[in-house]
Amino acid sequence: MMVTVSTEATEALLEDLRAMARIRAFETRVARQFREGNIPGFVHVSIGQEAVARGVCSALREHDYITTTHRGHGHCIAKGADPVGMMAELFGRASGTCGGKGGSMHIADPRFGILGANGIVAAGLPLAVGAGLAAQRRGTDAVAVAFAGEGSVNGGPFHEALTLAVLWQAPVVFAIENNQFSEFTRSEEIWRGASLVQRALDYGVAGAERVDGQDVGAVREATERAVKAARKGKGPSLIEAMTYRVHGHYEGDATPYRDEAEFQEWLDRDPIELALRALREDGRGTDAEAAVAAAEEEMDRAVEQGLAAPYPGTETVMEDVYAS
Amino acid sequence: MPPETAAPGTVKKEQRPPRYIDGIRRALGAEMERDEDVVVMGVDVGAGGGVYGATKGLYERFGPERVIDSPIAEAGLLGAAVGGAMAGLRPVAEIMYMDFLTVCLDPVVNQAAKLRYMTGGGVEIPIVFRTQTGGGRSSGAQHSQSLEGIVAHVPGLKVYLPSNARDVEDLLSAAIRDDGPVVFVENRRLYNRPDPEYHERESLPPGRARVVREGSDLTLIAWGRMVEEASRACEEELADLSVELVDIRTLVPLDLDTAAASVAKTGRALVVHEAVEAFGPGAEIAMRLTERLLFEIEGPIRRLGAVTAPTPYSPPLEEAALPGAATIAAATRELLEI
Repeated sequence: MMVTVSTEATEALLEDLRAMARIRAFETRVARQFREGNIPGFVHVSIGQEAVARGVCSALREHDYITTTHRGHGHCIAKGADPVGMMAELFGRASGTCGGKGGSMHIADPRFGILGANGIVAAGLPLAVGAGLAAQRRGTDAVAVAFAGEGSVNGGPFHEALTLAVLWQAPVVFAIENNQFSEFTRSEEIWRGASLVQRALDYGVAGAERVDGQDVGAVREATERAVKAARKGKGPSLIEAMTYRVHGHYEGDATPYRDEAEFQEWLDRDPIELALRALREDGRGTDAEAAVAAAEEEMDRAVEQGLAAPYPGTETVMEDVYAS
Repeated sequence: MPPETAAPGTVKKEQRPPRYIDGIRRALGAEMERDEDVVVMGVDVGAGGGVYGATKGLYERFGPERVIDSPIAEAGLLGAAVGGAMAGLRPVAEIMYMDFLTVCLDPVVNQAAKLRYMTGGGVEIPIVFRTQTGGGRSSGAQHSQSLEGIVAHVPGLKVYLPSNARDVEDLLSAAIRDDGPVVFVENRRLYNRPDPEYHERESLPPGRARVVREGSDLTLIAWGRMVEEASRACEEELADLSVELVDIRTLVPLDLDTAAASVAKTGRALVVHEAVEAFGPGAEIAMRLTERLLFEIEGPIRRLGAVTAPTPYSPPLEEAALPGAATIAAATRELLEI
């Protein structure tokens, strides 16, 4: 499928490409730095899923909230987090977003409404309901988006989060990124019963829809509908964005469970390639390629700065355990 | 639930000292009045007033916007409380029985306790997890366990365990004003207990233990309802001895200084708690005191907790399982003979 671009949408798509290319450039460098041994611990990258991060976050305002997952770099960047600080965080440096105490799975930046990546599957869903509840009770018009994978929807917190959000009519958007895999297992193999959209509707959400998660514009439009309903007090919505996890569950996962033919089909529909093709057809190929090059250069600098940054002093190990 | 000590019916209502549960209501009401971001959340906390009546009157006074009833979905509720705390609310989230904490530990242990640290101080989690425990009423093993050892073991959580109405009120207010998560553990068997010393007691902050009675032979260290049991042991069974009693009030932060000063004076100590003894907070306190006072103590510092078994149902079994005035007195005499 091609993304068809009307003339007036070209500029928007160029902006989308810019945003997605920044995430891609960040993630490819993270994968490389992990292989080179510069990133300790676990790393989960979102290569191939950039249209979901960009599509959702481009429908949000700065004071809106997001919660995200172990695969959350893209969501954080799309919501405004500084990739220089994030990269330094992944390297465990003092200048990292969290002073080197969180790492890849725990990046948060409340200045941009980023209430945190999360190492516990499904834990961010109720957190977003609480943020939405806070916005509602404090009389702001903020909405909260819970990014989560389809692997989270079978856990209890998904059920409780939807139940409470509907009960309280909280301004929440459940953005379920269906990247086809629950860790090493094909998600369709562990799914029975009605679709996720039907499941959400049965909880009583204001709206639920499945969208093409490779089409950044389609994701944005769906999010705009959900956000509009939430701001109007109509309660939560759910979006299931169909996408594909190009890398393994974590860096270093050899993905023996992957179907190669399917993998190629999804690569043909890579969101960044789709955007590049469409922009070239619109005669904006040079601008598009420049946007990609600029993103790569930006993230090269983030890597350089991160690697040059000092580690935190060991005297900080007991800081920030308790509120002062 | 019926009061364990009958309120003196002849005393006029306005002269009756506040009960433990009144301390909770006063603190919640005052803090909600003071700060609009304080909300109460939990199962039946709204129009129902709470299963033990602790939130009675709040719904009428502050409305459903701030006294938020929840379905029985504790994990979702506590998760929402954590998210709400990150987005500007100061939730007081109720977990009806402390045993139920185990169905919703993730928001407490992995989220609330760790988020401030994991984000390098990037977020504050001003939240109170209000819960209650209290064995001795045949509530069965799933409605009786004291789990303060679990939460005190988790870095990032403060743990308050008041023993009287004055402390309930002071510590709950302090917990609500704290910018970090506090697990606030009430004891339901104290709810109807009037506090005759309510007006005389000095208001102490968290992290300050209270010397309840002075003595020179041995120090008893206790919290929650065990303060009352230890007092009774001193008055009824150990009247021939001079026993000092320290109410520790908060496990985190722990006022080891006050406890150590007392033990340095008496030379001997017994830590008493309602939680089971094995791997319990008494062992931690005894060890810390031993480390600090190794050359000043006159014998081992021991602890007395519930027997290491699930809480039994049958009244004589449960009585045998829990520490009480008689077993505290026996353990005290045994220590003095070493």
